[in-house]
Amino acid sequence: MQQPGRAAEIKAIGIGKSFGSFRALDNLTLDIGRGEFLTLLGPSGSGKTTFLMILAGFVQPSDGRLFSDGVDITERPAEQRAAGMVFQGYALFPHMSVEANIAFPLKVRKKSATEIKRRVGEMIERVGLKGHEKKLPAQLSGGQQQRVALARALVFEPGVLLLDEPFSALDKSLRGQMQAEMKRLHQETGTTFVFVTHDQSEALALSSRVAIFDHGKLLQVGRPDEVYDRPANRFVAEFLGEINMLPLKGVKRADNGATGLCEDRAVRLRGNADAVGGNAILAIRPEHMSIAREAAVGENGIAATAIASTYLGAATRLDLTTRHGAKVTVSVPNEVAAAALSKGNSVWLTWPAEKGFLLPDGGQ
Amino acid sequence: MRAYLSERVGAAVLMAPLLLFLVLAYAWPFLGVVKWSFTLPTPGLGQYNALLTDGLVQSVFIRTLRIAAIVTLVSVAAAYAITVVWVRGTPAQRVIAEFCILVPFWISVLTRAFGWVALLSNRGLINTWLQSIGFISEPLALVRNEFGVIVGMTHFLIPFAVFPLASSMRSLDDRVLLAARGLGSSRMRTFWTVFVPMTRSGIIGSAMIVFVFSLGFFVTPAILGGGRSVMIAELIYLRIFQSPDWGLGAAISVVLVLFVGALMALLFRYVRPKQLI
Repeated sequence: MQQPGRAAEIKAIGIGKSFGSFRALDNLTLDIGRGEFLTLLGPSGSGKTTFLMILAGFVQPSDGRLFSDGVDITERPAEQRAAGMVFQGYALFPHMSVEANIAFPLKVRKKSATEIKRRVGEMIERVGLKGHEKKLPAQLSGGQQQRVALARALVFEPGVLLLDEPFSALDKSLRGQMQAEMKRLHQETGTTFVFVTHDQSEALALSSRVAIFDHGKLLQVGRPDEVYDRPANRFVAEFLGEINMLPLKGVKRADNGATGLCEDRAVRLRGNADAVGGNAILAIRPEHMSIAREAAVGENGIAATAIASTYLGAATRLDLTTRHGAKVTVSVPNEVAAAALSKGNSVWLTWPAEKGFLLPDGGQ
Repeated sequence: MRAYLSERVGAAVLMAPLLLFLVLAYAWPFLGVVKWSFTLPTPGLGQYNALLTDGLVQSVFIRTLRIAAIVTLVSVAAAYAITVVWVRGTPAQRVIAEFCILVPFWISVLTRAFGWVALLSNRGLINTWLQSIGFISEPLALVRNEFGVIVGMTHFLIPFAVFPLASSMRSLDDRVLLAARGLGSSRMRTFWTVFVPMTRSGIIGSAMIVFVFSLGFFVTPAILGGGRSVMIAELIYLRIFQSPDWGLGAAISVVLVLFVGALMALLFRYVRPKQLI
C-alpha cells in the first residue's frame, strides 16, 4: 500500500473483530496476491465489509496482524495506508467539481500543479468523463458519479483498490457496463483489487478469486470455478447458486472418486471423495442435470416426476419430485422440457460423474 | 388528493392562531409606527431626511453594525466548536455539550447581563482577582464599553447559533469524511477542506440568525454598555420615551425593519428554512 504504481501484496493473519459481545469477524487468515482481483462475498452481517474496513484502516482489528508487502500495518492509520477506496454511494465531495474531486488525493500528496493537471486529465479521459470536468457530483448520473469515485481512488496509483458494493445503487444494464469497465481498469492498472459484494453472479464474473464469508467466518477461498463446482460446504454451495441435494447412503471410496446409493440406485462420483464416510449429501447444479427416457446401466440417474415448468427464454426451468420425495430443479432446453411434460411426466434425471459432489450429511 | 387537501387544511388551521396573534400584536401596531414616521411632528419625509443628516443616529447605526458583525463572528466560531462536540463527540461529551447549550435558555437575559457586570466591572471578580495576583495594577475597562456589550451578547447568542450548525452537521454523510482520510488526508485537513465546506449552509444560517438578532438587542447593551455604547434599539427607546421625538424613533424603526427584512430575504435565497432547525 505504500509504493505508488506498484500492486500490493496483503497478508492477514488471525484477524478478529468484536463489537461489544458481537463477533463480526473471527480468526481470518488470508493472502491477497499482487495484482489479484479478490471478491469478498457473503450475506449482510457476514463480516466481509468489516474486513474491508480493517484493510482500509477505518476499523482496528481486535486480534491478528495485517501485512502489506511484508510490513506490519495493523496500527497504521487510514490516511497513511492510502488504499484507494470506492464507497457504497460513492462518497464524493459534494462541494467540489469532478476535477477537484479527482485532484484531491494528489493535492494531499503535494504534487505540483502541472503534474496534478496532467494526471487528472489522463484519469478523466480513461474513465470517459471528458466534458464533465467542471460539474458538481449532484449534476451527474449514478454511473458518472461511479466513474468519478473510481477515478479519484485510482489517480494516485494506490497499491490496492478497495471497493465496497460499488454497484448496488445502479440499475441492471448500467451494472453490467460498470463491471466490464472495472475489469478493464483492473487490467490496465495492474493494481490489487479487493471487492465486496453480496451478489454471487457479480463475484463469479469479475474475480480472479472469491472469498466467501458467513457469520464472521471465512468459509472458502478459491477461483470462481473452484468455489462453484467444488464448494467446501453446504452454505457455500447454496450461496453461489441453485443446487439440488439428494441423500446418499453407503458412501465408499472407489478408484478416482466414490460410489454410493442414491434412491436405491448406485451412483458414481469423480474427483472429490473427501467427505467419505457412511451417509452424505450428493449435490448437483441444475444446469448439470439432464432429462432422459431411461438411465443406462452404470450411468448416474434417478427416476422423477415433472410437476412444474417455468419458461426462462433461453431455457426452461423444470421442477421435479423424485421417487423418494426429494425436490429437484433442472435447467433444460425448451423442447426437452415440453417433451418431458407431455410424456405422462415420468422421466429420468442423469448427470455426469464429475459434476456431482459430496457435502457432509446434515447441517453445514 | 383528498388526504393531501385535508392535510393542507389541517396545517393551515393549526398555524392560524399564531398568524392571527402576529398580525394583531405586531403587524397592525407596526403600521401605526409607519404612520407616525410620516406624520410626526409634521406630515412629510422630514424624519427620513433627518436620519440622513443626524450624526448621532448614523454613528449609532454604524456601531450597531460593527458590534453585530463582531458578535456574529465570535458566536458562530464558538458555536461551531460546541456543535462539533455535540453532534460528533462521544456519548459523554454529547451530554455535557447539550447541557451547556440548553442551560443558558433557562436564565433570563437580564440576570445574565447583571452576572457579567459582576464579573467584568472595575471591582468585579476578574479585575480584583487579576489585581490580587499582581498581574495588573489598575483595573481593566471590561464593562460600560463595547467590549462588555460584545461579551454579553455573544454569551447570549451562542446557543441560537448552534441549531442551524447542528442540522447541517447531522445531515452530513460520514462516508465522505472516511473517503477523504482514505485518500490520504489528515484529520485536520479533512476538517478544513471537507467538513467545514460541507456545513456551509449551516454557517450561513447560523450567522444570519445571530446577526439579525444582534441588531435588535436592547437589554444587554443598555446594561453592559452603561449608556456609552448605545445600540439602535436603545436609541429608539430614548427617542420614544425620553426625548420625546416619536417621529424620529418611528423612522429609525422602519429603516431597521426594512434592513432586517432584506437580510432575511437574502438568507432564504441561500438556505432553505428547513435547514435552520
